[in-house]
Amino acid sequence: MGEDKNIKIATREAYGAALAEFGEDKRIVVLDADLSKSTKTEMFKKKFPERFINMGIAEANMMSAAAGIASCGKIVFASSFAIFAGVRACEQVRNSICYTKLNVKIGATHAGISVGEDGASHQAVEDMAIMCAIPNMTVISPADSVETRQAVLAAIQYDGPVYLRLGRLAVPVLFDEKDYHFEPGKGVLMRKGSDVTVIATGLMVHIAAEACDMLKKEGISARLINIHTVKPVDKGMILDAARETGAIVTAEEHNIYGGLGSIVSSVTAAGMPVPVKMVGIQDKFGKSGKPDRLMKMYSLTAEKIAEQAVEAIKMKRK
Amino acid sequence: MDTKEKQKLKIRAAKIRRHIIEEVHSASSGHPGGSLSCTDILAFLYFEKMKVDPSAPRWADRDRFVLSKGHCAPGLYATLAERGYFPVEDLTGFRSADSYLEGHPSMTMVPGVDMSTGSLGQGISAAVGMALAGKIDGRDYNVYAILGDGELEEGQVWEALMAAAHYKLDNLTAFLDHNGLQIDGNIRDVMSPEPVSEKFRAFGWKVININGHDFDQIEKALCEASATKGMPVMIVAETTKGKGVSFMENEAGWHGSAPNKEQRDLAVAEIDAMIEKLEAEQAEK
Repeated sequence: MGEDKNIKIATREAYGAALAEFGEDKRIVVLDADLSKSTKTEMFKKKFPERFINMGIAEANMMSAAAGIASCGKIVFASSFAIFAGVRACEQVRNSICYTKLNVKIGATHAGISVGEDGASHQAVEDMAIMCAIPNMTVISPADSVETRQAVLAAIQYDGPVYLRLGRLAVPVLFDEKDYHFEPGKGVLMRKGSDVTVIATGLMVHIAAEACDMLKKEGISARLINIHTVKPVDKGMILDAARETGAIVTAEEHNIYGGLGSIVSSVTAAGMPVPVKMVGIQDKFGKSGKPDRLMKMYSLTAEKIAEQAVEAIKMKRK
Repeated sequence: MDTKEKQKLKIRAAKIRRHIIEEVHSASSGHPGGSLSCTDILAFLYFEKMKVDPSAPRWADRDRFVLSKGHCAPGLYATLAERGYFPVEDLTGFRSADSYLEGHPSMTMVPGVDMSTGSLGQGISAAVGMALAGKIDGRDYNVYAILGDGELEEGQVWEALMAAAHYKLDNLTAFLDHNGLQIDGNIRDVMSPEPVSEKFRAFGWKVININGHDFDQIEKALCEASATKGMPVMIVAETTKGKGVSFMENEAGWHGSAPNKEQRDLAVAEIDAMIEKLEAEQAEK
């Protein structure tokens, strides 16, 4: 894994680039709700204007129209901020897209508090929970630009609804395009370890990697798993980690209710009960501020993950 | 459409009405009132207007239909069965756990249903999507939809109407089943969407006003819609909720309640008498 912390790319940027890259496929139609400059679907629009449709500031109509277009044999990418795509239009996503199992991919950018200055009204902290609770929906939360590019390709190849949870903030590139292979539904073992497992998703993966470094310095061997597909989740990899390390910390930029922590806990509770500590948003709304400052305010830090790892280890059954 | 064809279609519509009563009665639930008010429009679309093939329900170049007022599934299912998409005998399975005839239209379960609907406002948006796809692909199919007048209270409808006009979707024709009633009573008392025609016009649609139970008017309006270029068409059809069953007509109470055995018998007798009369007239002509 070619980790180069000097290069930072937002996953939304990689999403727009991937749409433009794979857009030759005439089945692809991209919709946006007046946010194409921010969601980066503009990159597709410039190359394939005839298959880009601006639906205006009307997300409910965009989602049901996406279903109608998909019913005519198209692969539709419908984009907006996560708060509008996954939360505001959630019932349209449910009834028009998921109930019908139509081929619509939702490119939901600006997820989580790392949106920054726009503040709580624009920071989705509950979208993953809502999307995971809808039958037929696949939920993917990529960690970096390389994973995002391949996730877009996987979404094109998969026949059915997909929710892509993407970020506004530029994040380190963790993977090398040459040796990284995205497999939907499979976790990525990023570091081996035997004392505790850190399971992270989205931009928390690079922060979790830092936490593992910190733990290593303290003589703790931490395993690191990147869960890009939050649903359907890689139960096997989670249960192996529970069995082999006996303690888990989850890390997500999302409410701890209904997100990765809840999903991992439900898997371990049923298959291999071990202590699970959850680093995430503690049932609060976000707020305005610089992203880095907010991540500290909401304890979405390497220090917090490392601290919770030590706590989880203490709780292990002797 | 000549007199003979018209008479045949009247008989067909009466049969559809009979099925609606049987479906809702067998299920002991469902929506007869609004199904009966849009029956003549459904019959005309499926038997006279739309380019469809019941043996190939997913044919790529077919005309599409979206029942945006999805609760009127009994009317749609009865029409599809009469048109040959599935056996008429299956209709009495409506809403039962062992049947594929889901309470609201399901495109994954029911042959001939082009879009799952039921949550109001979403169907018209899906129809807009189908029309957009037709434009992108340069296919010459048309998309038809039926909206309820109570449904106009959903904000999403107006988002969809705005988009259809913005993209000049002249391959989209919608009907407003303007029966004036919704569950809680008269639409004007509950939450008036009036004046509807003026609002549609202001949203960039061509509006045609007709009596939704008159086949000549439906035919003429659809011809005009086909000839209209550069804008979508809304056919505002004045209808009677519960049409064809006298004790159901203009009664909001029959929006979502099923006739019991006695009421079913009364309704079927009335429709059968109508069919008999129409067939006698047909024989004379």
